[in-house]
Amino acid sequence: MNRRDRLSGNEAVAFAMKQINPDVMAAFPITPSTEIPQYFASYVANGEVDTEFVTVESEHSSMSACIGAEAAGARAITATSSAGLALMYEVLYVAASSRLPITLACVNRALSGPININNDHSDSMGARDSGWIQIYSETNQEAYDNFLQAMPIGEDPSVRLPVMVCQDGFITSHAVENIELLDDASVRALVGEYRPENYLLNPETPLAVGPYDISAYYMEHKKQQAEAMKNAKARILKVASEFEKLTGRKYGLFEAYRMEDAELALLLIGSSAGTAKAAVDRLRAAGVRAGLVKLRVFRPFPGEELAETLKNVRALGIMDKSEGFSSCGGPLFAEARGALYNLEKRPLAVNYVYGLGGRDVRVEDFVNIFGELSSIAASGKPGEVYRHIGQRD
Amino acid sequence: MKEKETVEIRWHGRGGQGTKTACLLLADAAFSSGCYVQGFPEYGPERMGAPITAYNRISRVRNTVHSNIYEPDFVAVVDESLLRSVDVTAGLKEDGAVIVNSAKTPEELRPLLNGYKGKVCSVNASRISRETLGGNFPNTPMLAAVVWVSRVVDPEKFIEDMEASLKHKFATKPHVIEDNLKALDVSMKEVQVG
Repeated sequence: MNRRDRLSGNEAVAFAMKQINPDVMAAFPITPSTEIPQYFASYVANGEVDTEFVTVESEHSSMSACIGAEAAGARAITATSSAGLALMYEVLYVAASSRLPITLACVNRALSGPININNDHSDSMGARDSGWIQIYSETNQEAYDNFLQAMPIGEDPSVRLPVMVCQDGFITSHAVENIELLDDASVRALVGEYRPENYLLNPETPLAVGPYDISAYYMEHKKQQAEAMKNAKARILKVASEFEKLTGRKYGLFEAYRMEDAELALLLIGSSAGTAKAAVDRLRAAGVRAGLVKLRVFRPFPGEELAETLKNVRALGIMDKSEGFSSCGGPLFAEARGALYNLEKRPLAVNYVYGLGGRDVRVEDFVNIFGELSSIAASGKPGEVYRHIGQRD
Repeated sequence: MKEKETVEIRWHGRGGQGTKTACLLLADAAFSSGCYVQGFPEYGPERMGAPITAYNRISRVRNTVHSNIYEPDFVAVVDESLLRSVDVTAGLKEDGAVIVNSAKTPEELRPLLNGYKGKVCSVNASRISRETLGGNFPNTPMLAAVVWVSRVVDPEKFIEDMEASLKHKFATKPHVIEDNLKALDVSMKEVQVG
């Protein structure tokens, strides 16, 4: 029986981990993800899971421990935020290129400096080219649901890639909201057992993991990794469809909200999409053809699918909750605008950098952005494409 | 509560007074009466005594907004000394109410509230907690006063839910259950609405 409850995003992810009962968790605490290993450690202490909990001295070590465990044939998980994720960067690439489907709960927090504990996406955006699948969540419910779908996606033989499940620090991680939880048996049926074809603890087929790769082979391996990331799209949709049968909750590569006949649209990631939905509803009630696309999957990037959904929009605001210092727009802007380039008729697109270091973003902010998009659509001129909102000048 | 309506509550307190806990308990109570809830603190450099803010959204239909609350229906002030440094009634709706933990009467409090024209309520939550709980734990009586004034949940149902939850948490300490229920009850009886 599914259960209705109220949990914070961190509680929800820790509960998903408990229901999955993985073989190994290695973690080092860092705000705002600390509660996840904290709650999980209590499940271990109470004998509610039989996971080997590895306390380590850094995030470089927690990811290294996960790599060792997953290579040995175990299912390994971790959780982190901000500088913790940054400290893992070197080994994130090792996990992905060794094709080890580790699952990481990323509770998004700004990177230093100046030091800041609040939410933005600079941590996971910095890891966007590490070869990890990245799935983002708007709510505690989505953080839970996405975590449950991570292993069936990453462990599938057509994919074999690690998965990062992201949610917004404090905004969802520390906010209690309603949630519907699956029963343990349904979770076990969905997630199944991890059965790798090759693993270190199999004496029948000795192998090495992570050896030097010479130039004669390295590029072939990278091409295979790139193919796996492309394959992940179909697998993500298949798992989403199974999940929908189980829960009635529909997931895709992104969520198109009131996009049917939208002339003005936003593309954004995470918890602020909920706030933007309220702005879309307000504008729709006033007769404005506004809509939004909430990106769920950033890696693999659903470029073709986004282009199809956005092709009839007249003005598009692409919103980045991280500053890439490219001097011409954030990472989502670069990729999404690129995805629209080969369309015969494409929207005018501008970039909004917002919400850095926990800067609050309100319904009114989105209403104002739609106002700017309306002017862009009317004039046919994008004006300055690289914009920041919410800061004092 | 109307079908489409969201009741928004902002809590002001100081680190260590249980303001966040009160906010989460209110979310629990509203959840138990079948509402959609949000309960979340605003985090900054946390330390004992620093001003903190926490928020509740309570509705019949899920509210997807994930921003802080700028135009609350109700404001709860757990520490009276904040009136000197924080504009607690900023954006507070005139048909709403501010509820202050104070020995003062609503009439005495009103001049301290930046010209707020709506309801001003006072309850001496610190004294009630000292008398019933044996210490300065103003969040429990403040929670009861907020429920009483806002009616965001039915006060009787709230007491029943709190009793059940306290019985679950403090099964081995029956006096804790009794003391907390007493604190809630006294607060609901004493809160002055002006």
